Amino acid sequence: MADELIKPDELLSQIDHRPSGAGWMDTPVDIRKGMYCYASNPKSVETLGLPNARPWNPLEDDWKLPENWQQIVHDGFRERLDKFRSFKVFMDICVRCGACADKCHFFIGTGDPKNMPVLRAELLRSVYRNDFTTAGKILGRLGGARPMTLDVLKEWWYYLFQCTECRRCSVFCPYGIDTAEITIMGREILNLLGLNIDWIATPVANCYRTGNHLGIQPHAFKDMLDFFVDDIEEVTGVRVQPAYMEKGADILFITPSGDVFADPGTYTCMGYMLLFHYLKEKYGLKITWSTYASEGGNFGFFTSHETMKRLNSKMYAEARRLGVKWILGGECGHMWRVISQYMDTMNGPADFLEEPVNPITGTKFENAKSTKMVHIAEFTADLIKHGKLDLDPSRNDNKIITFHDSCNPSRGMGMLDEPRYVIQNVANHFYEMPANTIREQTFCCGSGAGLNAGENMELRMAGGFPRANAVKYVHETFGVNMLACVCAIDRAALPASMGYWVPEVEVTGLHELVANALIMPGEKERETDLRGEPLPGMEE
Amino acid sequence: MSSAQSLAAKKQEILKSWFQTTVDSYPAETARFLKNQKDPFANPVGQTTYQSLDALVDALTTDAGPEVMAKALDPILRIRAVQSFTPSKATSFVFSLKQILRRHLPGIDPGSGVDMNDLDRQIDEMAMAAFDVYVACREKIFELKANESRNQFFGSLKRAGLMVETEADGPGF
Amino acid sequence: MNKNYMVSLIAVIVLFLIAYVGTQQGAGLQLVFGIIVPYLAVSLFVVGFARRVMGWSRSAVPFRITTTCGQQSSMPWIKQAKIDNPSSTLGVIVRMFLEIVCFRSLFRNTRMKLNGGTRLTYQLELFLWIGALAFHYAFFAVVVRHLRFFTEPVPFFVTLTEQVDGFMRMEVLYDAVQAGLPGVYMSGLVLLAAALYLFLRRVFIPQVRTISLAADFFPLFLIMGIALSGIFMRYFAKVDIVAIKALTMGLVTFRPTIPEGVSGLFFAHLFLVSILLAYFPFSKLMHLGGVFLSPTRNMTGNTRQVRHVNPWNYPVKVHTYDEYEDDFREKMIEAGLPVVKMPEEQA
Repeated sequence: MADELIKPDELLSQIDHRPSGAGWMDTPVDIRKGMYCYASNPKSVETLGLPNARPWNPLEDDWKLPENWQQIVHDGFRERLDKFRSFKVFMDICVRCGACADKCHFFIGTGDPKNMPVLRAELLRSVYRNDFTTAGKILGRLGGARPMTLDVLKEWWYYLFQCTECRRCSVFCPYGIDTAEITIMGREILNLLGLNIDWIATPVANCYRTGNHLGIQPHAFKDMLDFFVDDIEEVTGVRVQPAYMEKGADILFITPSGDVFADPGTYTCMGYMLLFHYLKEKYGLKITWSTYASEGGNFGFFTSHETMKRLNSKMYAEARRLGVKWILGGECGHMWRVISQYMDTMNGPADFLEEPVNPITGTKFENAKSTKMVHIAEFTADLIKHGKLDLDPSRNDNKIITFHDSCNPSRGMGMLDEPRYVIQNVANHFYEMPANTIREQTFCCGSGAGLNAGENMELRMAGGFPRANAVKYVHETFGVNMLACVCAIDRAALPASMGYWVPEVEVTGLHELVANALIMPGEKERETDLRGEPLPGMEE
Repeated sequence: MSSAQSLAAKKQEILKSWFQTTVDSYPAETARFLKNQKDPFANPVGQTTYQSLDALVDALTTDAGPEVMAKALDPILRIRAVQSFTPSKATSFVFSLKQILRRHLPGIDPGSGVDMNDLDRQIDEMAMAAFDVYVACREKIFELKANESRNQFFGSLKRAGLMVETEADGPGF
Repeated sequence: MNKNYMVSLIAVIVLFLIAYVGTQQGAGLQLVFGIIVPYLAVSLFVVGFARRVMGWSRSAVPFRITTTCGQQSSMPWIKQAKIDNPSSTLGVIVRMFLEIVCFRSLFRNTRMKLNGGTRLTYQLELFLWIGALAFHYAFFAVVVRHLRFFTEPVPFFVTLTEQVDGFMRMEVLYDAVQAGLPGVYMSGLVLLAAALYLFLRRVFIPQVRTISLAADFFPLFLIMGIALSGIFMRYFAKVDIVAIKALTMGLVTFRPTIPEGVSGLFFAHLFLVSILLAYFPFSKLMHLGGVFLSPTRNMTGNTRQVRHVNPWNYPVKVHTYDEYEDDFREKMIEAGLPVVKMPEEQA
């Protein structure tokens, strides 16, 4: 896949023109347009107080690294080996059996061998052997070791930002080696040299200052929700009244800011607002929003453990300040990996909150006893199970739905059946994609872990192809026209992917479907769904 | 035997050979995976490529014309358009068919009934259709890129409070 | 890439020859290869293994990063995948047991086919799984059988393993040719065949060839060498078993001796085993120990239910609500959002 033109004789002769069998270490990195994201804006790096803020360009030879960058990498590596058993064990025990090789959506889609999870990890392991193992020091290349050079560093950067930390490979690894963990450590080390991408660094800086990735200031956040209030009234005739930072509310609600801002997440956001209004009117439940903690997502997770903790701290801090009983979380992927596997450990214990109980059904959310944060799909499933919502699923009848399991809620949490239960109760047409593309084997949208920028569209499309291909199958077989998901990055990224691969399929969040079916007290006869599309039977 | 009959008779061999040549445009590690993994969901690239080539050989057999060819070319080129290939590499598999046909068909002997010139003409048509499809895919990519930056741009205005009074999301929506 | 396995192959052959030649009449290095090297190797193995495991244990486990491969524990009416997403220690134990004993994750490799348009059929991709299982179980059986050489009296489970393993008797097959040949142990042959399979897939599957290092070939050749020399001794060379047992018993009882009549082939076999033991702790073979410590597999998935403590958790710089309100107070008031401090109080 090189750039040079094909020579006519090469084309006409039937010579096997496969690339020679040079080892992967001898295949230099080729940073290609469309596959990488722009370098981080120095201002964002500075806002966070992270090292080596300066303008730089991945395509240039000089990356403007600090003088002693090799030492920084070495020390950073050593520190993480001591701090994370996962990292150390994963560096040591891989037997290179190849079970993971063809499980990565980026390998499947791009065909680049260095996107095989095992090779992505070997990029780091080769340096680990050279720096930290006796065998590597003695045997050198023969022992799979190589010193850290500028080319190796560029290779790290290029391929560590071609991994969406989706963990699909770790499902198939006989030792549970998790490439996400390796990518996380690698990116942390790169951040020590100021080598981040702007699509991550700037949202992180925004989130730190304004409370959300998009940098929406508090008044603008409220403006956005006010828009939705008008839109909702137009569709349903009901004027909802979201509460902001209401002290003494029962529940604090936090969702990714993408839902507030980007279509089609906005319809999901309207869905939340309708549901909360319904619960307030019918059962007196008080749920509040916050502009301070207005981001569920956490791009800090794609920067370093420390940055993740800094951004995440706002959730508990705001819940404590407002004196709510517990926290309800919106539909988001990596947000739930952070909440499920990191938040309580980093910023807990949340002993100032109550063990979450659904006051309407009396259900104790035993599985969230310590974190005190419940996923809205769990919450809604519980409400439906107890018959607390008036639903008219036929209002979703023109939607033939399939469900995309987002990587993190499936492989970092295990929330698989709750959203399916909700969909099947708010809609009548639901079809599953093939078994090796859903649940714990789900394919990533191709844009996770901070890679949903515009400039790397080719990478996103190639990485999103395995997912899109399965959607295409259910589209052609069952006429599926709606891809449901519980992740804001999915809602931002999958429309582009569908637009390219299966243009007839649209993307929706779970609670958009819920709100379409939800019969609000005092609503007018609805003629359209939340998108303004006519309801079944209402077409002209 | 006419060209069509000869093609139909040799279809499997031709297809096999063409598929091999096409996947050989990938690195060896990838080529084997693309060829051997038969699960269409675990190996969408390999399987889609195969199906496209299959449909193209059929189109050739029936002299189906450029429209049918373009439809068959779409899935394979849609993939190759996002895969670090230069335009020439991405579409080169079409031209390799000429050589493959010459290897597998009874050839240029007069009297074999195979009209190589006609087949070459059809492959040229296929090549032209391939350019169109490839460029359409690239245009789609750039449209997606442009859309995302446009959304970002108007989003920034909106977030900055500069567009709060205006209707909808910006011109063009 | 040929270099990787050629070097490994040559290394194993050279090692074999060193021991074989070194213990021939005249060279007289029996003491070295029969006593010193085995003791050294065992010490290296024990100390190295322990140090490696202790090294891993010393590293912290800051977060519970279980790979959840099934439905979480949720509301009572949703069926939890208790093994694939365990929320109890028992679940973790079962998960680890299946992982270690059945290689369950490898077994997960499924494949689908579209049959005639839209009908899907599923099948398992079993080769790697079967190859790996055959290899490891055969290896295990061989090790158990060899306990015969280190115990007196021989424990029942060793004899039992031998009986099960040797159910196929070659006298029946080759009655006329070689009467009185000892029963054929399946394990030895399976081990050799499986090692050969694992080697060939590293050579012929391009994906696996790319990722293979010399360190992947060397242990395979070493094990093949051990298996081959063992098989040769048992079925063809007819070595003096009594003398060998005297030597091995001498080693385990710490009264080492070199009896008369032990062949060079045996010393070579023993030397390769010693190399394997000594090499073990410094190589990928440590996956034997590491699999028990893999944080994505050996922890419960119920982090929301039971708090996990990070031993090095440290305070970080955060943007507090007060700072936030200071940044945006005016705008918040203008938008009708509640604030804690009114502007005039600021002064």
